[in-house]
Amino acid sequence: MTTGEIATTAPPGRARVVPTLVSDTLAIAWRGVLTYRRVPQLLVFSTIQPVVFVLLFTYVFGGAIHVPGVDYVDYLMPGIWVQTTVFGAIATAIGLATDVQSGLLERFRSLPMARSAVLTGRTIADLFRNVFVVILMAGVGFLVGFTVHTNAAKLVAALLLVLLFGYSMSWVFATVGLWLGNPETAQAAAFPVMAPLVFASSAFVPVATMPDWLQPFAEHQPVSVTASAARALTLGTPATSYILQSLAWVAGILLVFVPIAVRRYRRAV
Amino acid sequence: MTDFAIRVEGLTKRFETVTALDGIDLEIPARTVFGLLGPNGAGKTTAIRILSTILKPDAGRADVLGRDVVRQAKEVRTRIGLAGQFATVDTNLTGRENLRLIGRLVHLPRQEATHRIDALLERFQLTTAADRPVRTYSGGMRRRIDLAAALVNRPPVLFLDEPTTGLDPFSRNEVWAMVGELVGDGTTVVLTTQYLEEADRLASRVAVIDEGRVIANDSPAQLKSRLGSTVIEIGLVNVATAKRAHDVLIATFAPELEDSTVRLTTHEGARMLVEALRTLDGEAIVPATLTVREPSLDDVFLALTGHHAEREAAA
Repeated sequence: MTTGEIATTAPPGRARVVPTLVSDTLAIAWRGVLTYRRVPQLLVFSTIQPVVFVLLFTYVFGGAIHVPGVDYVDYLMPGIWVQTTVFGAIATAIGLATDVQSGLLERFRSLPMARSAVLTGRTIADLFRNVFVVILMAGVGFLVGFTVHTNAAKLVAALLLVLLFGYSMSWVFATVGLWLGNPETAQAAAFPVMAPLVFASSAFVPVATMPDWLQPFAEHQPVSVTASAARALTLGTPATSYILQSLAWVAGILLVFVPIAVRRYRRAV
Repeated sequence: MTDFAIRVEGLTKRFETVTALDGIDLEIPARTVFGLLGPNGAGKTTAIRILSTILKPDAGRADVLGRDVVRQAKEVRTRIGLAGQFATVDTNLTGRENLRLIGRLVHLPRQEATHRIDALLERFQLTTAADRPVRTYSGGMRRRIDLAAALVNRPPVLFLDEPTTGLDPFSRNEVWAMVGELVGDGTTVVLTTQYLEEADRLASRVAVIDEGRVIANDSPAQLKSRLGSTVIEIGLVNVATAKRAHDVLIATFAPELEDSTVRLTTHEGARMLVEALRTLDGEAIVPATLTVREPSLDDVFLALTGHHAEREAAA
């Protein structure tokens, strides 16, 4: 009686036994990007909403919002980029919750792959989407009269910072999605988390116009400092402090949420 | 000399207050089909999840092809395939893309993966649908692509969790044929089912699981011989009449009484049926309903445990 090697079919040694985080991450990211190709509606809806916001704030609310010394559209656009990536991160939550519900994660857990690749791959796929959406939103900005007062390098730096911040938000919402495990609930739960971050911020209006009790939060929270950093980079005002604050938030968010999400994934079925 | 593909000792798993597995012992011979038979909530799926390294047991141990499912989980994962009750593929991707994704995640060399995937699509009659999103597939096609996904890495051990639940008879027969073919190729298949018929048809050995324990571990033929091959259920107009019918029949048969139904289990269905009806007729008892059928999981449970299979599920 033995339970030793039973070469019933092809020897498993033909597959590499050591899981490789990088190739597994790329495989999962490939899947995520393919999803956007197969279901373009996902991409269309995540771009229509920010376009509507741009039009709404530029042509409807914009007239009532006065930012001293700045064209409102120049104030608005960096805020829109940040808002877009934060709203986009909901897709990470919904996508992972869907995978929990469908049982796909269960299959992944039975495969000889690197476990965290499910999360790194998913967040990287969403980063690709954000690259597309943010570039598109920069284009939309130019169409409605947005001007870069510095140079192309600083514009690129601003967009990169926004993308980096969006990537950290993907991990926050990955945790939410794994935790809830139901796409509808994840969507519903994401909004109350996002709304104060996006609206009680400097993204659309200057913090100075807000009530005193709200200003300390609105001034220092991550959406505000990232929007302010991107804005300072395109307006040519002092940016260093905002950039450092934004990077600190990104680092802090990743340090907290990457381990939480990975732990959550190990337990989620 | 028997070699065992899977050995399980004292496997225990609790979920908060619920004990899903209460010390299970199993030895599953290589290159056979082994059935885990039981009602919903009996612990079958938990057992499969532990064996496929998705869950960790609280106590006991299990090994697959000599590798411990906890300490050597990664080695186990290269040797198993898992297909679930629900098609666990990405419905937005095409059938081929799903298989390619699995191929990448099990680290098959690209060219080998391409050949393997073409062969699987062909074998599961999905070649024409291969480049359509899975969300456009029928239920039977989804189950087939799910099964194909489990086979991408040529696993020597395949776990099938209720592979035919919810399938139409045609698709069910296809899955059964596929399981037969795989075992013919030398694969060890462990499947869970709620249907005695399915276990009977496919498995060479069956463990009956109830409330996290193995209550029988035998060949399907032996299991059924404990029961008899035919079940006759005579429904009477009321409980009092049923009691009377039961008392009349007890002289010759071994009837079971449940509410207004009298149940006989026998190896000689036809003769028994005629005799039973004749006896009842002699006492002027007229059955209200009459059912003659093959024994079901529920009958196995009644015979083995004295309670119905779905007792817990109904609670």
